[in-house]
Amino acid sequence: MSMSSIAAAPRVPGSHRRAMAVGAALMLLALGLLLLGVCVGSTGFESILRSWDDPIAWQIVRDIRLPRTLGAWLAGLLLGLAGAVAQGLFRNPLADPYLLGSASGAALGLALALAFMGVSPFATQWVLRLGLTGAAFVGAVAGVLLTLTLAQGVQHTLRLLLAGVIVGVVLGAARDLVTLGVPEVLQGMQAFMLGSTGFVGWGACAVMAVVALPCLAVAWALGRALDALSLGETTAASLGLPLTAMRAALIAVLALATGAAVAQTGLIAFVGLAAPHLVRSAVKTTHGRLVLLSALTGGALLMAADVLARWLIAPQELPVGVLTALLGGSYLLWLMHRRMGAGSRSP
Amino acid sequence: MVDARVGRILASAIAALLLLVAWGAAGAVQVTDDRGVTVRLAQPPQRIVSLLPSLTESVCGLGQCGRLVGVDRYSDDPASVRALPKLGGGLDPNIEAVVALRPDVVLMAASSRAVARLESLGLKVVTLEPRSYADVRRVLQQIAALLDVPDALRVWREIEAGVDAAARLVPPAAKHLRVYFEAGRGPYAASESSFIGETLARLGVKSIVPGDLGPFPRINPEFVVRMDPDLIMISQAEAPGLELRPGWSDLRAIREHHVCLFSPADSQLIVRPGPRMAQAARLMAQCIARNAPGAK
Repeated sequence: MSMSSIAAAPRVPGSHRRAMAVGAALMLLALGLLLLGVCVGSTGFESILRSWDDPIAWQIVRDIRLPRTLGAWLAGLLLGLAGAVAQGLFRNPLADPYLLGSASGAALGLALALAFMGVSPFATQWVLRLGLTGAAFVGAVAGVLLTLTLAQGVQHTLRLLLAGVIVGVVLGAARDLVTLGVPEVLQGMQAFMLGSTGFVGWGACAVMAVVALPCLAVAWALGRALDALSLGETTAASLGLPLTAMRAALIAVLALATGAAVAQTGLIAFVGLAAPHLVRSAVKTTHGRLVLLSALTGGALLMAADVLARWLIAPQELPVGVLTALLGGSYLLWLMHRRMGAGSRSP
Repeated sequence: MVDARVGRILASAIAALLLLVAWGAAGAVQVTDDRGVTVRLAQPPQRIVSLLPSLTESVCGLGQCGRLVGVDRYSDDPASVRALPKLGGGLDPNIEAVVALRPDVVLMAASSRAVARLESLGLKVVTLEPRSYADVRRVLQQIAALLDVPDALRVWREIEAGVDAAARLVPPAAKHLRVYFEAGRGPYAASESSFIGETLARLGVKSIVPGDLGPFPRINPEFVVRMDPDLIMISQAEAPGLELRPGWSDLRAIREHHVCLFSPADSQLIVRPGPRMAQAARLMAQCIARNAPGAK
């Protein structure tokens, strides 16, 4: 049995060309949104017009709008990628990137950092050196490692899922304990839970890009493993694939991509869950391409939400997580409604 | 002879150099903030952004309201700051709007993720977060040093005099009343170690919540029943259904109507550690006087 014949999705003629077209369209959309993102902000178009002779206006465009727009794209890309990997890995359309405890781990890491900040000069110095972003990233990775320990490895999908849910609940409770002990951190936590792209600079963009490249490459290369898994674990194993190693690599991609995005932008809802569904509704394709397209979709989605968040109530700003939940959620609902309508008509 | 002339020239050159150094240093200001970071400015800042209401009030308390060019959305006192551009919350400020104002310095709390971002954009950030009487005094002195104004101790003495004047409103019969001050839903209480607890102590009464629980601990409603306070202070917004809390209908303070309800504006004033602490103390003193044994 050749590998190409086990693609999960039905091989529609021309699906390859269609996938390429969708990918190109998403890239164009991202480029358009990047241009729009550079023009939109609390100071409006004025900053663009005056950026030639006014150094502050130029700084706003170059060091604030460009990196945050690009950062929104990168964070969305990481989340879309992680979402597609999670849904393929767990063969569950409801799986999202935060499934393995990374979100609650990141939140706990941040809560601890905020709580320790005022305790002693030594602790404050330590927290400042690590940075709140670093604390969130360490927390996210630690959350996933804890899940893996509880699940005793990556072999059993169900055990992993359960361990992820348990770790999420337990770390969430630990975070609540921290905020109870030090209520001052509550507001800082809320800002994190809503998610924001407002603090992304060039440094954050570089970190996310460095994480995104290998993650994309590995996920694309392991697309065949995801295709095989979608036929069921026994079938996949009978194909002679080194499933355990491939699973471990995919979970590493999931953890790193989610951790990097969460640490820089907070808990952004729905992008990871919605992006793969949006791709599947547009084109039937193999997992290798689905992963890439889902990453591009996530990027475009978060970028659009970021531009809207700056635009809608300018000069103030909405938390971008609220918008992604509204946008992604309502589109998904509409999609579901349309499918159900079509389903009830067909015999 | 020659040696003496060289010596004179050398001496005057050194004197001139010293003068020059002193003149150069006169403009420079520096302050060490809550993170332990020493922030140095070549001149006292003329354009200030404040992203914490108590810091906004402290700047204005020092008479330097005119130097503020932008504030966070919760800064609302004195009235003149309401006309300034609102730059979002202290924890989620609009970075672009802050930079666009070209501030010489940004005053904010250390716990915000925006601190690192603003500093990476080349802005000077001083993090200060007053939480107690001693903090308010220290922060006033730090801001005064930063702005190069001499008034810190005078403003502080006015606050203390105001609190002392408020304490004189409390009749002797009301001394040693035991007060439950609810600072927020949860319920979060103001303990002895919070600045509200300090105000209560200065007024001669006592918070029922011990200081070792932290400044604003979340407490069990049962705790209040067991401690049986003489007086309850609470915001109007939290007051509905007070007697419906488990066990509270029989609470002596509620049965005898020893409950002070603060309007939203007054509650805002009371929970901010800053120059308006004297006004807050006055509100609380009036409440205590109304509910003193034998009053009415």
